[in-house]
Amino acid sequence: METVIETTGLTKFYHEIKAVEDLTLSIRKGEVYGFLGPNGAGKSTTILMLLGLTEPTAGRASVLGLDPSRSGREIKKSVGCMPENVGFYDDMTGRENLKYIARLNDIPEQMANIRIETLLETVNLSESADRLAGEYSRGMRQRLGIAEVMVKDPQLVILDEPTLGLDPEGIGSMLEFIKKLSTERGITILLCSHLLQQVQTICDRVGILDQGRLVAEGRIEDLAGGYLRGEEGQLSLEEVYLRHFKGKEA
Amino acid sequence: MKVVFFKELADQLNSTRYLILLILMLSVSLLICNTVSMNIAEALGRGTKIQFLFLKLFTVSGSFFSLKQFIAFFGPLLGIVMGFDAINREFRGRTLSKVLCQPIYRDDIINGKFLAGLATLTITLISLILLISGLGMASIGVVPTLEEIARLFIYLVFSVAYIGLWLGIAILFSIVFRSVGTSALASISLWIFVAFFVSFAANVVADIAVPRGGMQDAYYILKRQAITDVVSRLSPVTLYNEAALTILDPGQKSTRSVMLLGPMESVSMSRFKNPLPLHQSLVVVAPHLTMLFAMTFFCFGISYVVFMRQEIRAV
Repeated sequence: METVIETTGLTKFYHEIKAVEDLTLSIRKGEVYGFLGPNGAGKSTTILMLLGLTEPTAGRASVLGLDPSRSGREIKKSVGCMPENVGFYDDMTGRENLKYIARLNDIPEQMANIRIETLLETVNLSESADRLAGEYSRGMRQRLGIAEVMVKDPQLVILDEPTLGLDPEGIGSMLEFIKKLSTERGITILLCSHLLQQVQTICDRVGILDQGRLVAEGRIEDLAGGYLRGEEGQLSLEEVYLRHFKGKEA
Repeated sequence: MKVVFFKELADQLNSTRYLILLILMLSVSLLICNTVSMNIAEALGRGTKIQFLFLKLFTVSGSFFSLKQFIAFFGPLLGIVMGFDAINREFRGRTLSKVLCQPIYRDDIINGKFLAGLATLTITLISLILLISGLGMASIGVVPTLEEIARLFIYLVFSVAYIGLWLGIAILFSIVFRSVGTSALASISLWIFVAFFVSFAANVVADIAVPRGGMQDAYYILKRQAITDVVSRLSPVTLYNEAALTILDPGQKSTRSVMLLGPMESVSMSRFKNPLPLHQSLVVVAPHLTMLFAMTFFCFGISYVVFMRQEIRAV
């Protein structure tokens, strides 16, 4: 199977502070990869490096077969990224925000308009599309963020904390939507989150990052099993996760 | 970059603060224009012969100050208002990281913003000058000559550079300071310092270099003047004022305030008050203009470098 993201020994230091250390990842086409870890574990830094927005201190990365530090612009043409707490131009309407992103992506006006209408329908924002983005609720903003990511018709989507600050219902529909992207359109998804319980339901594989290091990786069942070491029953990812950190404290 | 440029241009022209400034600038200009043209008409009525009458619209001060002084004083504020939150607003609104995730070059953002600001102030200045010219023509009944139009055009070009310098400074502060308030205050305090206090500073420096007292001969006065000039010309406001005066007033033959003249020279100066031709005026202020443009580009260059090297970590 084709790999979409591949990193070997990826390392990033901000001055003396280590953000990501020796990260080796391989994400295959079409899978939903959960990139998990507590706040400040280095998830966002990894995303920045994958998009060529910051230079790795050491190591190599390859996204869609391209090197981010050389061809960041090429990569960003087919990779949609929603940063954590994504912001919008509050004095523009939701639709205008989408149009601006479409223009930045050099999408022809007509095609963009068709796509935007379909997307607004999909993320359930058709009625509020002409309201100012500043008036949107948290959930609407997050959905608008997803629509923005999809405007460029990406092959890979990177979502940083897409469920943060949403109500339970919102979380449910968001996760469902993400899952749909992968099953219906075959889009590869890198999902970063510290909310394990939510995310584990839709991920094919997860990687757990702690203090810049990848401490566990694999399918959820396997991970839980590996940590169990013969004990009876299945563990949820959260338990696996807590065990890892408890073990370290002890 | 075109996309960023047009978005920013639309933002600038639609923003409330631009509207406020525009109304303010237009109304003050109209007031000044009105008093000035009345003064001129009165002088003409008395039969005074005035050369380059049309340019007088911009250089003669009405009850308070002339249009030229007004633009010199108020222009920086326009530049600052257009630029002080260029980058940090996007940073605050968390739109910067999103835009950087789109397939554009990083410098497209800052270039687009700077050019949109320049375009906005060019549009503003052109409309201001045209408006005043139109009103002037109507009220004093004089049509500008070709040379006057050329002088006004040159004036327009370096006014754009001068205000562009302040735009560049404001954008630089908006990159360096994360807080919108800090960058606005920093730009404004720099403007106040440069506009009002540089002349004091120049006097102080001159006092230190050439102490007062003792022989007050010509040599002493000239030396003191030279030092004051050098220091005050570090300020773009002084540079701009001197350049504007020379370009708009053909009778102005030098930017120096004190000159050593022989008896023959002083006689010829007072007898033959012929205006300088346009290219000679340009020669007089060429160093000023060069400095102004250099400052503008230098300032934008620094912003560019700082922006390109800045880590875009979300805080």
